[in-house]
Amino acid sequence: MIDTSILTPYAPLPSTDPVLIFRKVSIAFDGPPVLEDITFSVGPHETRIVLGPAGVGKSVLLKLANGLHCPDSGSILLFGDDIVRTRESKMFALRKRTGMVFQEGALFDSLTVRDNVAYQLIQELVPDDEIDLRVHEALRFVGLEETFGFYPGSLSGGMRRRVAIARALIRHPELVLYDSPTGGLDPVTSTTIIELIMKQRDVYTTPSLLVTHRLQDAFTMCTHRFDTETNGMVRLPKGETDPNTTFLMLNEGRLIFDGSLHDLVHSKDPFVREFLD
Amino acid sequence: MAIAQIDRTAKHIVLTVQDYSRFAYRAVLNLFSRPIYWVDFLLQAEIIGVGSAAIVLLAGFFTGAVLAVQSAATLAQFGATAVTGRFVSMTMIRELGPVLTGIMVSGRNASSMASELGSMVVTEQIDAMRALGVDPVRKLVTPRLVATVTMLFFLTIISDAFGILGGAGVTIFMNGQNGTQYFSEAYQYLHYPDILQGLVKPLFSGFIIASIGCFYGLRTTGGTQGVGRSTIQAVVSSSVLIIVVDLLLSQIMVATFNR
Repeated sequence: MIDTSILTPYAPLPSTDPVLIFRKVSIAFDGPPVLEDITFSVGPHETRIVLGPAGVGKSVLLKLANGLHCPDSGSILLFGDDIVRTRESKMFALRKRTGMVFQEGALFDSLTVRDNVAYQLIQELVPDDEIDLRVHEALRFVGLEETFGFYPGSLSGGMRRRVAIARALIRHPELVLYDSPTGGLDPVTSTTIIELIMKQRDVYTTPSLLVTHRLQDAFTMCTHRFDTETNGMVRLPKGETDPNTTFLMLNEGRLIFDGSLHDLVHSKDPFVREFLD
Repeated sequence: MAIAQIDRTAKHIVLTVQDYSRFAYRAVLNLFSRPIYWVDFLLQAEIIGVGSAAIVLLAGFFTGAVLAVQSAATLAQFGATAVTGRFVSMTMIRELGPVLTGIMVSGRNASSMASELGSMVVTEQIDAMRALGVDPVRKLVTPRLVATVTMLFFLTIISDAFGILGGAGVTIFMNGQNGTQYFSEAYQYLHYPDILQGLVKPLFSGFIIASIGCFYGLRTTGGTQGVGRSTIQAVVSSSVLIIVVDLLLSQIMVATFNR
């Protein structure tokens, strides 16, 4: 099971302003728009789950949020800064405040797990002793301390994803972006990863944007909470859902739903109904 | 229809040149601000310099040897085999050393840079690097650029030296000529403008190899097939550009020094 006792909880942003705002954002790549007129925000303690079929632009949306893509129109405010008008050289400092977990982990295959997780710390010339301490701490958080000296090639898909989570969380980010963290994994590993995301949400109250096309993961995030005493997730009482976990749904490049789990399951939108069914 | 195609191609070429210029400018500009990744520079210098030494040395040696064989055969018709040393050293130092070394290193390193960075692009490692707040151009391109320019300079000197030795081997052991005469000819007629010409060219070639290799690598799209495409484009473009720039530099140098 995962150890929760070690990570120092970070101080959440004192502001109540959204950490991320999308305003009428559109983007296209040599063809029809991938995303069109997308408007939503992520509050300071909010977890927003982005649902939608494969190829609808969910990953693009996440990359836009971190300034990895530049939209054709609209504005994106990350921690209050309009990243559409921010130069790439200035973006690096802003991105250090976010953590991002890529679809396949995107670990650097020529580096060990230690160097992957500590990548940012190494660039910042943090002393080796402190790096080792913090990497052990982060790996313990994801239950993979024994992989410290391994190379990513010798890890399973689920382990790679967990190392990627450790890498994203090591600097206690103010916003975490998860790109299909459970995609292609078996149910047990998926549950472990969802539990980690839930722990980050409930113990450290880090706002996040979670992209997934797996409804069961999305619903689990809403109907469970992380219990620090049992060190695992527990179901919320019947009828209760996590108030800070809400949904966005994309279809054909447009945002067709923005609301709570209750609103989602009672939506009359034919696509939402079809997706849920 | 044909005009539309020409229009598209022309725009594509202009845009590629524009992107390349901006990319190369950024890579060079990174040298004047922190952080500079010196450890990466040393690693790349080892990969590019030490790793390419063997092929450069062999290519240089045998090119010099072939030059001696061919030139001796031609010079014999005029009874001038004594100047083989001069011919070999001049040709190696001014032309063949820099160009051949550039092309050999381009085949080995432009391809490796394009495929390595291309693989990082398709596996989202470049995006991950950016997401972690690290500039991929500063971290990956600038050290490769500096390392290639620096190491190609020294590799060219090695190639020149072994080329002259190769020529000496043929002249002395196969053509039965006097070694002292060969080296004396090779040295006496060599002037500073010749050496300068030979040592300026690898600086340009090194820049071309690293910038083109990294440029195509970072522009990779289309999965593993795209990596292969980028690698081919990098090797072809850098090799052709090395020869074109060599011609331009030769023209400028010959006109400047009148040699």
